Amino acid sequence: MEILKLVDVTKQYDKKLAVDKVSFDMPKGCIFGLLGPNGAGKTSLIRIITTITGADTGTVYLDGTPIDSDTPSHIGYMPEERGLYKKMKVGEQLMYLAQLKGLSARVAREKIMHWFEKFDILPWWDKKIEELSKGMQQKIQFISTVVHEPKLLILDEPFSGLDPLNTNLIKDEIRKLNQAGSSIIFSTHRMEQVEEICERIILIDNGQKILEGTVADIKDQFKENLFEIQYEGALPEDLNNYGTMKSSSGNSFVIKKMPDQQNNSILQYLIDNDVRIRAYNEILPSLNEIFIRQVEAQS
Amino acid sequence: MNKLWLIIKREYLTRVKKRSFILTTLLTPLGIGLLMVVATLLMTYEGDESNTVAIVDPSNILNETIADGNNLYFKFENRSVDELKSNYKELGYDGIVLVPKVENLKTTDFTSFYYSDGKLSPNLQSSLSSKLRDAIREYKIVQLGLDKEELDALRTKVSIDPEPIEEGAQDESSMASGIAAGIGGFMGFFMYFAVFFYGMMVMRSVMEEKTSRIVEVMISSVKPFQLMLGKIIGVGAVGLTQLIIWAILIPGITMLATMIMGIDPDQQLEMAQNSGAAQIDVEESTAMIYQAMEEIGNLNWFILIPLFIVFFLGGFFLYASLFAAVGSAMSDDLGESQSLTLPITIPVILALYIMMAVIRSPNSSLAVWSSIFPLFSPIVMPARMAMGIPTWQIIVSIVVLVASVVFFIWLSGRIYRVGILMYGKKVSFKELGKWLFYKV
Repeated sequence: MEILKLVDVTKQYDKKLAVDKVSFDMPKGCIFGLLGPNGAGKTSLIRIITTITGADTGTVYLDGTPIDSDTPSHIGYMPEERGLYKKMKVGEQLMYLAQLKGLSARVAREKIMHWFEKFDILPWWDKKIEELSKGMQQKIQFISTVVHEPKLLILDEPFSGLDPLNTNLIKDEIRKLNQAGSSIIFSTHRMEQVEEICERIILIDNGQKILEGTVADIKDQFKENLFEIQYEGALPEDLNNYGTMKSSSGNSFVIKKMPDQQNNSILQYLIDNDVRIRAYNEILPSLNEIFIRQVEAQS
Repeated sequence: MNKLWLIIKREYLTRVKKRSFILTTLLTPLGIGLLMVVATLLMTYEGDESNTVAIVDPSNILNETIADGNNLYFKFENRSVDELKSNYKELGYDGIVLVPKVENLKTTDFTSFYYSDGKLSPNLQSSLSSKLRDAIREYKIVQLGLDKEELDALRTKVSIDPEPIEEGAQDESSMASGIAAGIGGFMGFFMYFAVFFYGMMVMRSVMEEKTSRIVEVMISSVKPFQLMLGKIIGVGAVGLTQLIIWAILIPGITMLATMIMGIDPDQQLEMAQNSGAAQIDVEESTAMIYQAMEEIGNLNWFILIPLFIVFFLGGFFLYASLFAAVGSAMSDDLGESQSLTLPITIPVILALYIMMAVIRSPNSSLAVWSSIFPLFSPIVMPARMAMGIPTWQIIVSIVVLVASVVFFIWLSGRIYRVGILMYGKKVSFKELGKWLFYKV
């Protein structure tokens, strides 16, 4: 079952086609990476999903029903450009935003208190936002995004401006929310984070979807059959029957496997020839490489 | 609806709870009261210098009688001026006044001389001349053998009393139109000030939300239109709160100040008279003040005040929505904001000038049309209301205003929803026009 389903969504701004017939499905309980270079249409797409703007054509389904005015209360959106009312007190601010998401004052207070205890920030309640550091503000922003326990969480560069400690804190919370059943769209340029966190990704460029799938599938799709082997002993001569040597240095080499060979066959051959294997790795392309390759291929 | 209410509540409470708001709201009436007290004190201040003046009156014009004034003491001297000149200080005089003979009873000019090494202060000069004037008048009446009562009868005061022709219409005094014009002018000015002040407040707030980027978080929860409308209503409620507090406190504090100071209108008038400004009979002017008070009381405040509030809200909503639209289109660049606000400020300023012209001729066609035209009516109509204008005009004006408010809020909403998400773009009016037709 999909939490989110887009069918042929198109949005035109003035002369620019910001979103061009984008369709994808996002399974429930998934952490979903929305990737793309600057100006690819990520924000436009997010704004359509959050009902900030409407699509020109196409339909968006949230949890099986087309999005409508009730949708915002089921979505938690943290924009890349953060913003809070600077002069407002932290507690009031969170109460306000939570009530706008449809929580009653009592429930809102309960849930906010829960997060305050969790983050150990109870003394902040009566502080003004402008008195907090940027990282602290980020935590408040995060709480405001998740406090109403949305079905779908959209986080646009959630770790920008956070120190490693707080990054881990938020990362853990994202995982916990996901385990508790939240589906999360994660939009970022930081590919190592995507690899670490996301199960599925979609890559868009110039408003079009150019890649979609699970991280493992995509990596598999773009793999080049490269293997790195570390060994001890002398290499047999006719290794070239199994693949093309790409590079070698000291006691390791990289080989591109022949397409007809099994992954294990090189390993088997080496073992049979009394070469002691210390490490055997398939070199998979990083998402970063795939990203750059795909975007460059587009332009 | 619930969300709109939350927004209104926040916009209202954050402003009303601000220290600056509480201070301005409470201190303004106090300030006005204080100003009145200080002004009165200063105006009644006659200096702590007391003057003792020797009067040399060889022809006995004053008949040895002249009343002492405030800090001013007279003493008749039989010695000549020359004798006194040498030792007037030792005798305790500040100066010597010589009252020469009245040569010709039928001239209106008379010069008396003041001998002193000290300066003749304006205060002393005016009280001396007024005392001598009265004395010489008495002297001339006697010398010319005139009848005092007949003479007084010559000073005829003419007033024009407007009388209604229509049966049952209220008979008003000659002062009514002046009073109405005064109140109208005050109302018009207040509206002008309020539209600008609170309209700008809305604009600044929209800009702040945009530049602090909170707006994107907000509109992922509420509709842009709700946010805009909530803000306008919230700020409008703030304005109304301030207005009502002032409407109660300013007259209250003024009355209190008057009571504490024991200032009565007579005294103030006497002062005006002493300073030589107007030569009005004190009793007559007191009567005028009572009449004016009565006139003000005669106005139908139970209709005027609600009408004023209607026009206040109408004018505020109309202009605030325009200010909100412009605020949404602005970037942080303040230079740019000027060119965008100009088209809004022009009608407001124009309305002010029209209002001033309209007070002078409240039934001209300019007055009628400008108090129906919605961009001017919130300022012009309150100025005319006190002058008793046909009911149909007020009704038409309100209907047009309300319709325009709805239209302008809708129009501004169309611009606002695009503007708040538009960054880093220099916006022209052509652009704003395009936004109206954007599909969002």
